[in-house]
Amino acid sequence: MRTDAPVDIAVIGAGPAGLTAALHAARSGADVLVIDAQPGRGGQIWRGAHADRPGPATTLLRELDACPNVRWRGQTEVAWVEGDGTHRELILSSPEGLSRQPARRVILATGAVERFLPFPGWTLPGVVGAGALQAMVKAGLVVRGQRVVVAGSGPLLLAVAAGLRTAGAVVLGVAEQAPMVSAARFGLAAARLGGKTREAAGLAWALRGVPYWPGTYPLHADGDGHLETVTLRRGGRDVTLECDWLAAGFGLVPETRVAALLGCALTDSGAVRVDAWSQTSVPGVYAAGEVTGVGGVDMACHEGRVAGCAATGQIERLSDAAATSARHRAFQTALDTAFTLRPELRALPSPDTTVCRCEDVTHATLRGQHSWTEAKLKTRCGMGTCQGRVCGPATETLYGWRFSGVRPPLVPLPLSDLLADH
Amino acid sequence: MPELMIEGRAVTVAEGTSVLAALQNAGYRTLRHSRSGEPRGALCGMGSCHECRAVVDGRIVRTCVTPARNGQRVTLLTGDHAD
Repeated sequence: MRTDAPVDIAVIGAGPAGLTAALHAARSGADVLVIDAQPGRGGQIWRGAHADRPGPATTLLRELDACPNVRWRGQTEVAWVEGDGTHRELILSSPEGLSRQPARRVILATGAVERFLPFPGWTLPGVVGAGALQAMVKAGLVVRGQRVVVAGSGPLLLAVAAGLRTAGAVVLGVAEQAPMVSAARFGLAAARLGGKTREAAGLAWALRGVPYWPGTYPLHADGDGHLETVTLRRGGRDVTLECDWLAAGFGLVPETRVAALLGCALTDSGAVRVDAWSQTSVPGVYAAGEVTGVGGVDMACHEGRVAGCAATGQIERLSDAAATSARHRAFQTALDTAFTLRPELRALPSPDTTVCRCEDVTHATLRGQHSWTEAKLKTRCGMGTCQGRVCGPATETLYGWRFSGVRPPLVPLPLSDLLADH
Repeated sequence: MPELMIEGRAVTVAEGTSVLAALQNAGYRTLRHSRSGEPRGALCGMGSCHECRAVVDGRIVRTCVTPARNGQRVTLLTGDHAD
């Protein structure tokens, strides 16, 4: 296995938090390496961002491209970690195979993944995540003229619907499981925070004419081999809509796998615990963005700046950080409170609904188990290719289990990669 | 613009398209069948669910994180590799 020259700072994740962290770290003169699983920079929210194309990330990317001490590797993921605080090596997996990357400090900016909830028919092709459909469109999926129902929870649904509409899709409606009063209260909280008002106005313009249904959730999806209809429960009534895509996402969950491998402590809500300087419980490991708690792009950029400066000893540049952090945390709390998942969602799966998609383990089988570990041992739930990335958060919601037990390698590797040079 | 072979058929896509989007645009929404034979398509679109696996140039990859490139050969997972 090839060993690359050590870097001062390895940034894991090239979304808003990671890119901002990289830029601020680079200003200290440190050698910075940014890696991401995607082929391009931008993460999910700025996916497809390019220094030559206008967009919110353009200036940041231009500034980064002007830094000779920042390097970028796409289609690259952390497979496992070796060593300790004084000599830490990331084992990176990419299409070229495995390589060792010694890193003095690490900034985790691994973001969040969508929470999927099982309901009858959710495994049908055509039922995808909400952020997922947005990502697929940004990666070239053509949805012009196709009928889409967006369902689930959180402000992401509106951004997704607006993006789909701009791409020419016919958005039949946005089903938000939270009641109207919660969604409205969140809107007011967001309006009190500077910068969110213009964003909201832009969304409202893009979504003109698209129905927004608070207090509404999917009951089941149906079709012969692929999605044909979705039935939504709205108030006491069930409505069935014909559609080509059901984009269903129930909020975001911090992606803490690399953090877990590094030994970082988590909060009770499952995010990476950090102090005011973005330092995790592990010396030399910092974290920024959604991995420390879901709070949106502005918060991610702010935390990226804090992590980038703190990891490179530029604390003097952070005199205003505490006040900004407090403002973002208020937004985060409003988000959590407004979009709490309603208990009815736990009753959606029927006994034969698949919960673990990799191993085809049903709700009937799983509800007889007592914990994530027992379910893994007895039913193979979470033991398949995705290693619990989808069913872990789902079983947390359905059965109250604590999803744990991350082990290397984090990504499935061809044996040829493991055997090379050994 | 990259031209790739999907199940033996030549398909041209825009620069920056993922192999997943190339498959979906070519009409392949069902990409594989699960262990018990359920039809499956992509779910997460960002590399975590692994539902969109297919064979690209002889390797099983997640098509959503694989850029479409000129001359690529893409085949769906069937038979022995079905899960």
